[in-house]
Amino acid sequence: MSGLHLFDSTTAFFVNRLASMKIIFGVLISLLFLSVFAYADAPEDTRQKEIQHLIRHDCGSCHGLTRKGGLGPDLLPERLQTIAADALFATIKFGRPGTPMPPWQDFFTDDEIHWIVEQLQEGRE
Amino acid sequence: MKHAIFRSLTLLPWLALAAGCAVAPDVTPPKSAMSIELRGTGDLGLVIERETGSVQIINTTQQKTLAAIQGLGDLSHASVVFSRDERYAYVFGRDGGLTKVDLLTQTIDKRIIQGGNSIGGAISQDGSIIAVSNYEPGGVKLFDSQTLEQIADIPAEYAPGKFSKTVGLVDAPGHRFVFSLYDGGEIWLVDASNRSDIKTTRYQNVGLQPYDALMSPDGRYYVAGLFGEDGMARLDLWHPESGVTRILQDYGKGEAKMPVYKMPHLEGWAIAGNQAFFPAVGRNEVLVMDMNTWQLTGKIPVHGQPVFVMAQPDNRHVWVNFALPHNDTVQVIDTESHQIVRQLTPGKGVLHMEFTPRGEQVWLSVRDENQLQVYDTLSGKLLKQLPAQAPSGIFFSARAHETGL
Repeated sequence: MSGLHLFDSTTAFFVNRLASMKIIFGVLISLLFLSVFAYADAPEDTRQKEIQHLIRHDCGSCHGLTRKGGLGPDLLPERLQTIAADALFATIKFGRPGTPMPPWQDFFTDDEIHWIVEQLQEGRE
Repeated sequence: MKHAIFRSLTLLPWLALAAGCAVAPDVTPPKSAMSIELRGTGDLGLVIERETGSVQIINTTQQKTLAAIQGLGDLSHASVVFSRDERYAYVFGRDGGLTKVDLLTQTIDKRIIQGGNSIGGAISQDGSIIAVSNYEPGGVKLFDSQTLEQIADIPAEYAPGKFSKTVGLVDAPGHRFVFSLYDGGEIWLVDASNRSDIKTTRYQNVGLQPYDALMSPDGRYYVAGLFGEDGMARLDLWHPESGVTRILQDYGKGEAKMPVYKMPHLEGWAIAGNQAFFPAVGRNEVLVMDMNTWQLTGKIPVHGQPVFVMAQPDNRHVWVNFALPHNDTVQVIDTESHQIVRQLTPGKGVLHMEFTPRGEQVWLSVRDENQLQVYDTLSGKLLKQLPAQAPSGIFFSARAHETGL
């Protein structure tokens, strides 16, 4: 039993360390983007998972599950990093008239869209 | 101890059986025949598990999963055609993979990567040629259905140096294939009756952004849906010399479209008697058209933007699923009264519906619930739930004998 406790507290220690590292990293990233737009709060964990699921499957139905493209262009970081973050933000929020890309503003808040842009440009799953 | 003896005793008859096989080779069938139950494939099907790159072989009589096969690559937006003997399934994957699955041995018979980004395929009238439509590089390739060796490459070059994504590839009577050029706004008719002399006829300016197409069940009319403008493009294969005609051109003029969160599919256009039912693009409507006059005769308001509109094989009802955010629902429309007679809520992410050949069951893939659901079409009762990993397309072997599927 005590072994189990030890394991738990060790895990908790690492989780805490990871969490604080994540926060530091998050702050750094947001500082980086501060010049482009106001600080975007990262969504809560459960919401993050929902959004990731949506990116994978619903964005994926046109852009590919692995973001390599389909009817829509690829969403790989190499290409997206050449496009300004606020242009990507506008594309997601308002869609692109004349193409099948719809506006997603009814599904995501502005903060969430900023977060999605970050995820995509960084190539995170 | 007692337990162990009991266990070894129960094993005995099996050991004896195995030994019997081993010592009497003259009378025992080969090992492969022993391990495989003799059976037909007419009640089998394939289910795509899009996230894991795997397929399930299912049996619609027993309503169960027979096997799961791994290693088919990226299966987002995969589709399947069947050999004419219904033994082999050809799976077209997003990553350009073409995989020939043996339904009897439940193994991958052959697999090739034929392109960079593919979307679907078709099998020729005689079953000898597999055609695959590619986004990247834009075009269609033909393969021998037995060996998967390439027969022809048809790049969709619609202007010098410009290649189009190809969509809506179907087979047509006369060893022909038809497909549309999404970027090029064209329809191409390929005559593959002579392998060493493949002939392609181009129909230009058919409309903006054809996104999918369908073949009438008799293989006469090829109709492409247009995303970029109202109306559809129709090619009459009895009279290919007459060119492509625009139909339903005035539909939707001046009406504001809603954004489209999932492109509708035209596969399995529901044709019941003289009426064709199909999804409106960007509207919460199923459209009804008279097949004799090619005029719109009705608009049925539905729960969301329809994705698939599928007729039961008896044509009595049409089943409809929907795009985000309404993809947890299925509605059933009476083809006579145009009323919605049933509404189901199977769960989030209803991606596909497939009827058994005579239509007593319908199978639904419910992606976010990781489930296949089997319904009785008469009572609407849920008969069975089967686990599946993010299932998308469901394809039954009876498709082998349908033109355009």
